[in-house]
Amino acid sequence: MITRKLLLGDEAIALGAIHAGISGVYAYPGTPSTEITEYIQAHAPEVRSRWCSNEKTAMEAALGMAYAGKRALVCMKHVGMNVAADAFVNSAITGVNGGLVVLAADDPSMHSSQNEQDSRFYGKFAMIPILEPSTQQEAYDMMPYAYDLSERLKLPVLMRVVTRLAHSRAGVVTREPMAQKSLSPETDRTHWVLLPANARRQYASLVGKQGDLLASSEASPYNKSEIRNQQSPLGVIACGITYNYVKENIATDRDIPLLKVSQYPLPEAAIKALASECEAILVAEDGQPLVEEQVKSILGADYPVKGRLTGDLPRMGELTPDNVGAALGISIEQPYAGAQNVVPRPPALCQGCGHRDVYDALNKVAAEYPEARIFGDIGCYTLGALPPFRAIDSCVDMGASITMAKGAADAGLFPSIAVIGDSTFTHSGMTGLLDAINDGSNITVIISDNLTTAMTGGQDSAGTNKFEAICLGLGLAPEHVRVVVPLPKNMEEITRIIREEIEYPGVSVIIPRRECMQTLQRKLRNKKK
Amino acid sequence: MKKDIILAGVGGQGILTIATIIGDAATAAGLNLKQAEVHGMSQRGGDVQSNLRLSTDTIHSDLIKQGGADLIISMEPMEALRYLPYINKESWVVTSSHPFKNIPNYPDEESLMKELESLPHVATLPIEDVAKENSLPKSANVILLGMAAKYIEILSPEQLRESIARVFAAKGEKVVEANQQAFDLGLQAVK
Repeated sequence: MITRKLLLGDEAIALGAIHAGISGVYAYPGTPSTEITEYIQAHAPEVRSRWCSNEKTAMEAALGMAYAGKRALVCMKHVGMNVAADAFVNSAITGVNGGLVVLAADDPSMHSSQNEQDSRFYGKFAMIPILEPSTQQEAYDMMPYAYDLSERLKLPVLMRVVTRLAHSRAGVVTREPMAQKSLSPETDRTHWVLLPANARRQYASLVGKQGDLLASSEASPYNKSEIRNQQSPLGVIACGITYNYVKENIATDRDIPLLKVSQYPLPEAAIKALASECEAILVAEDGQPLVEEQVKSILGADYPVKGRLTGDLPRMGELTPDNVGAALGISIEQPYAGAQNVVPRPPALCQGCGHRDVYDALNKVAAEYPEARIFGDIGCYTLGALPPFRAIDSCVDMGASITMAKGAADAGLFPSIAVIGDSTFTHSGMTGLLDAINDGSNITVIISDNLTTAMTGGQDSAGTNKFEAICLGLGLAPEHVRVVVPLPKNMEEITRIIREEIEYPGVSVIIPRRECMQTLQRKLRNKKK
Repeated sequence: MKKDIILAGVGGQGILTIATIIGDAATAAGLNLKQAEVHGMSQRGGDVQSNLRLSTDTIHSDLIKQGGADLIISMEPMEALRYLPYINKESWVVTSSHPFKNIPNYPDEESLMKELESLPHVATLPIEDVAKENSLPKSANVILLGMAAKYIEILSPEQLRESIARVFAAKGEKVVEANQQAFDLGLQAVK
């Protein structure tokens, strides 16, 4: 039955994957990708879908499912691609048996991220096809296409979306679901055992497929040429969602030759055809100027190519109908500039949040040690960097609190303190803690445990109820694994314990444990119903 | 016909519920719709907004162009002003007049309200007070939607009222009634 549903871009991807017959989705939560896996968990009990410890374990599990002949989806935010990169790049060398789609959700303008890296580089680097939908409908439609492509080329396919597609709703027409594939494990070991001799053969095979990848892009239903067979001063190459910004600007009064790109490698013939009837080309792409650089090399140094590198579009930040319109030379009526009585309103830790008590305690103790440095990590508690706490000195990547504290302590810094959340600890903190324990580093680690992955909306946290056992298993002395309840009434006990463990010349872990206010209130609401 | 709406507020004030109700009504009416939301970090007490675009024609961009919004619906007066570059001389601004002060440097209230009132088409109401007076503490956002209903135009107040029944149906009849009462209070307040 054909139906029309109002779906977030993320939900359209999820439903597209369900209807394409996936057997498993593997993911670690990360804005703006989280809702894909949440939707599958809520709507498709037949799909295997428990949250993973991190993006690398997710990527490998998905590869294993593809090895077994079934269709798998793995989802992550852009920086998760860095964590999954080892498995991701090598999955292009092994190739796949069942279809495998890697979904990377980029966050240009860093609405909820620490950088705006462009995942398309990873796809090009791994030499696999990349799909970049321009609408929620296309995101849905592309999923079966992506799995067919993956199975035909025997390669993983990268689908790249951006925040504005992931977190925007639109009507999506859905189709009949396909059945899941049956178990049919790979039989040729030489594809999968990447010893150098096999790896060289597999890499040669990957290089050999590049012509097929290009041919597929040239023929793709998602790369659409809107040319007019007459000379124009300017043509536009619009990648993914930027196609809508161009159309928004030229829909009414302007007619500009246009090439929409939603499948890579770039369709070179279509680009040359567009260039032949234009005096210059503007490249509109969200993220970094990947296409702009390639188009310059396709068309030669003499052909004028405009974009982020030339300043026609901003060098950083997401594209909008406004900055794309300006690059097209379209002026707008805008009677009001910014208001006078408006100030920024940054996010803050919730009232009653246990992280607040942790930072209150840390700030009290740190005041007694002017040389103290507190290495932070990724999660709600990163907000401890902002007033009124101003409590952390760094926040770099998942797990870096512990390892940076170790390195700084090795250099002689004292006290060297790490603050990491429960979910971030199991994502990438455990291995660093093992390093510190093995080296006898003088650090104090605070695992601020709110029993959930809070920042992304309260997904299950992989280590819940296991943290003391994990720390002991890694070799920590039992008397230096301390558990406290972060509440104002316990402030004296908490500060005393922090002081004691700072003074202990070795690795100690303090676990302040109290449930996240958001998940607690949600539970209470559900109970009332 | 089209209607481009910016929904504004502070994380946790319930603007996505307003968006859900309008979205449901638009879908039932067969309108085209695009709705860009803010998820993630800002939902923790930061400024949040949603671009809600309704049209009888194809909608291209998920984002509204500057100067192109027809209506701002805001749960908070300073948050209404934040999106001033997106409106024009014909646009309406419908906002709560009750400031939400979770920052130390909140602007002077009097000059803020003065700047707001200087716009050509503004409707304000202390919706939290109205909600409390009528024992509807959780429905301030739906009172605001009621205020805005007259200016949404592409959907009638009746269509929005019906949508409230569908959106809150799972929570029981009492919740539906409370929200429809809240909607009516808002609707009457701007007459």
